[in-house]
Amino acid sequence: MATLTKPNIKVKRQVISEEEATSEVAATTKQNVHKKTVYDTKDLNLWYGDTHALKDINLSIYEKEVTAIIGPSGCGKSTYLKTLNRMVELVPSVKTSGVITYKDKSILDKSFKVEDLRTKVGMVFQKPNPFPKSIYENIAYGPKIHGIRNKKILDEIVEKSLRGASIWDEVKDRLKENAYGLSGGQQQRICIARCLAIEPDVILMDEPTSALDPKSTLRVEELIQELKKDYSIVIVTHNMQQAARISDRTAFFLNGEVVEYDETDKIFTNPSDNRTEDYISGRFG
Amino acid sequence: MKYVDTNQVQKNMNSRLIKNNILKSVFFLATIFGLIVLAVLIFRVIMQGASWINMDFLTNKLSTSPDRAGIMGAILGTFWLMLVVIPVTLILGVGTAIYLELYAKKGRFQGFIQTNIANLAGVPSIVYGILGMTIFVRALDFGNVVLAGGLTMSLLVLPIIIVASQESIRSVPQHLSEASYGMGATKWQTVKNIILPAALPGILTGSILSLSRAIGETAPLVVIGIPALLIPFPGGIMDKFTVLPMQIYYWTIDSSLVEEYANLAAATIIILLVLLFLLNATAIFIRNKFQKRF
Repeated sequence: MATLTKPNIKVKRQVISEEEATSEVAATTKQNVHKKTVYDTKDLNLWYGDTHALKDINLSIYEKEVTAIIGPSGCGKSTYLKTLNRMVELVPSVKTSGVITYKDKSILDKSFKVEDLRTKVGMVFQKPNPFPKSIYENIAYGPKIHGIRNKKILDEIVEKSLRGASIWDEVKDRLKENAYGLSGGQQQRICIARCLAIEPDVILMDEPTSALDPKSTLRVEELIQELKKDYSIVIVTHNMQQAARISDRTAFFLNGEVVEYDETDKIFTNPSDNRTEDYISGRFG
Repeated sequence: MKYVDTNQVQKNMNSRLIKNNILKSVFFLATIFGLIVLAVLIFRVIMQGASWINMDFLTNKLSTSPDRAGIMGAILGTFWLMLVVIPVTLILGVGTAIYLELYAKKGRFQGFIQTNIANLAGVPSIVYGILGMTIFVRALDFGNVVLAGGLTMSLLVLPIIIVASQESIRSVPQHLSEASYGMGATKWQTVKNIILPAALPGILTGSILSLSRAIGETAPLVVIGIPALLIPFPGGIMDKFTVLPMQIYYWTIDSSLVEEYANLAAATIIILLVLLFLLNATAIFIRNKFQKRF
């Protein structure tokens, strides 16, 4: 057995080193070539009633990167995330000003269809929230509401999405069972798969691992690294190590303002603002 | 110096324990009182009526002769009445609940409606009878037929169904509908696919319980004027009708003339109680079966 596995490990190492090499190339080109943005936020202000929750946010989200948003509780990071797919409007007293463009379309305009936006921008929530339906129905929900009725196509979407969320092998034999029978970590990956099923461009994640144990957290983090190849990901997290591990860029929010937004390496090794340094070194928050 | 005097505590101990036991008995008696009254009632009714229940009693027409009198007419009347009440209350009641919970902007108008619905649930049933008499029997000129009675009963139970459905809709976790909206579902798709299926057990339970109230209710129909005379079996919603509780009412009144009518009333009560018991059991079954879904 040992003799069999050893060469495999070597192969894997080679693959990894190749990946590292390509990512180094990517890193060098990143500085030279101007990367495409998916979201551009200009002077965004947001109020919950009289509470000024977001103040003059200016931020660009880049394509096929993981953008982490960190900051203490109540700093507006989740609010900002929910503004990106206008879920924030479910709170009745919300008012906004400023402009957010998604691929050059102004999404805060009243004429812009939220349903359209949310088809291209998927969301994964803090608490795993599968529907009280079968695993299959959970994944097929999105395609179905967008009018796909063909059983064969639905089957393919379900398999592709579950594979994409690397949970296919665990659930392929019990697709008809209720998703509530799965563990928390599996439920969260089901929610990610459900989100992949509508083939979005962007995935918003609101503290996706905060309700999970360390092992499940690791699996979701690995998954995020995988997804990055095809999707642009914005993740809100309380966990600074997580932001450092998985993100390419990090925005630090404090009291509704963006204190600092830069490449993750720079934020965590050489932040330019004192408040960022205080926060990441654990002096507050 | 100690503040708590051990001797004094010992002295008080007995009276404290006695008081404790007395109150326990008081609460127990309060509970038992209702049960005893109910048991006596059921016992008396069964003693009086059980021997009168047979196939003829269930299938015969009304008759002045106690031996030949049956309650088929009242059973059919109750059936037709429910055929009006169920769709009307479900459509209006659940529709109102969905609007108030999911569509209406939270504000003064919504609060005003909410308060009024709560108040309507407390209005005495005879007032609904007068309302039904004025609107359905006279103004719309239906006469005292199933449709008029059914609509009046619907008004009576509507507030109960609305409140029960609202509570059921409210108890569907917000994160489920958020997940649906997050995938680009419209409001109606979310309501239809996520919120209503999750709220359905609660809505059904509330509806069944309020239907059993409608089945047992008498006062509004007395006001509308249900004939106590011998009428043919109702065959549709525009026919004159009687219902089980009305039958009980008339037989009880007339038992001063013909003694056996009291037995017939008791027998009808048993049938009505069995019917209500079955309905409530269904409601409890539905509630338990679907309770732990999220």
